Amino acid sequence: MKIHVTDREGGEHELEATNGWRVMEIIRDAGLPITAECGGACACATCHVYVDPTWVERLEPRGEEENDMLDLAFEVQDNSRLSCQVTMTPALDGLKVTLAPE
Amino acid sequence: MTGQPIRTDVTIVGAGPCGLFAVFELGLLDLKCHLVDILDRPGGQCAELYPEKPIYDIPAVPICTGQELTDRLLEQIKPFDPVFHYSQMAEKLERTDDGHWRLTTDLGTVIESKVVVVAAGGGSFVPKKPPIKGIDAYEAAGDGEGVFYAVRRMEQFRGKRLVIAGGGDSALDWTVNLQPLAKSLTLVHRRDEFRAAPDTVNKMRSLVGAGQMALEIAQVGGVEGTGGKLEAVILKDKDGERRLECDALLAFYGLTMKLGPVAEFGLNLHENLIPVDTERFETSTPGIFAIGDINWYPGKLKLILSGFHEAALMAQAAVRIVYPDRKIRFQYTTSSSDLQQKLGVA
Repeated sequence: MKIHVTDREGGEHELEATNGWRVMEIIRDAGLPITAECGGACACATCHVYVDPTWVERLEPRGEEENDMLDLAFEVQDNSRLSCQVTMTPALDGLKVTLAPE
Repeated sequence: MTGQPIRTDVTIVGAGPCGLFAVFELGLLDLKCHLVDILDRPGGQCAELYPEKPIYDIPAVPICTGQELTDRLLEQIKPFDPVFHYSQMAEKLERTDDGHWRLTTDLGTVIESKVVVVAAGGGSFVPKKPPIKGIDAYEAAGDGEGVFYAVRRMEQFRGKRLVIAGGGDSALDWTVNLQPLAKSLTLVHRRDEFRAAPDTVNKMRSLVGAGQMALEIAQVGGVEGTGGKLEAVILKDKDGERRLECDALLAFYGLTMKLGPVAEFGLNLHENLIPVDTERFETSTPGIFAIGDINWYPGKLKLILSGFHEAALMAQAAVRIVYPDRKIRFQYTTSSSDLQQKLGVA
């Protein structure tokens, strides 16, 4: 499985994805610059990504806690997600996200 | 503004779980501690990021929250009477002529000790700044004017046109508190729902209802001004952009961790972490130790329990620096009446 990540400079990265990992963990373990300060506790909003519009509907919707934490993110859009709250499954093979500014 | 130096045995930078437990391990060896923390309370990330979230991997504690862990550590170290210096950042570390380390904070507190323990986790908690081009130019611009991330003195905002951004307790509390002083006040938040305490949200809504302030459902997308003087913020929503004239923008987007002045302490750094040995957890500079999330060594795991282990070994090395001539024996709290006396349980 793969995910495609666009970094803040516009560089594109194809990352090997593991079933059951959070998207944040996949991005972090690939060494891309994602802060993920709280380590995945949905407590900091520093793993903010934009999901490619073609993928938004295919993800589980935001939880209430995630939506609350997005208040602490910048330039939030309809396709904003905290990547620690998106778990990789075969259905997400090919997922495209862009790292949000911070 | 620099005060009289305080002399103690050990200065601990950071009052998170590892800094707190270090007080215990050092205390058993008769070392007194002063702790410095940028937050206004103990607990570090446990207090700031996840006070209500459960922690399941503290040995023999199947579940506790970040706040409960902090409270229990405080209870455990109470016999050692640590001194806390809150709401200040450890800014400068230098050597004194008589072999001590002198730590100075941004509030002018000066602490001198033979041992310094850096237990600063991910660094200092500082306000998150919006990634808006040119916003720095308006920070600290003047009395009640420009961009602010905290309110130190309310009075400076009297008669000013204020824009407050955010939806949590800080944003809502300052909205309600500053509204009577301000010439005008607009709260800007990305959605018409607020995480802040419902009571404060209700107060804000009645002020809006009474026409005494405005609420804009939008995000701050830019700032405008001339010669370093803020003139307006640019609000963005789905329909586009609009300009809102103001004297000050107060942005409350929570805190983030930055290594900060620790980077200037003269210690070797490895990807913003402080390398230590795994026998003493001492840095490349003798007398300066690093424990918890801020240190690095092969195999390092950023777990609270690892930090506790590091604190215990650090303390054994620290006591030999503070009391080089003392013969140290290793004792258990279960069987040592000496240790039990220190703990006040004998």
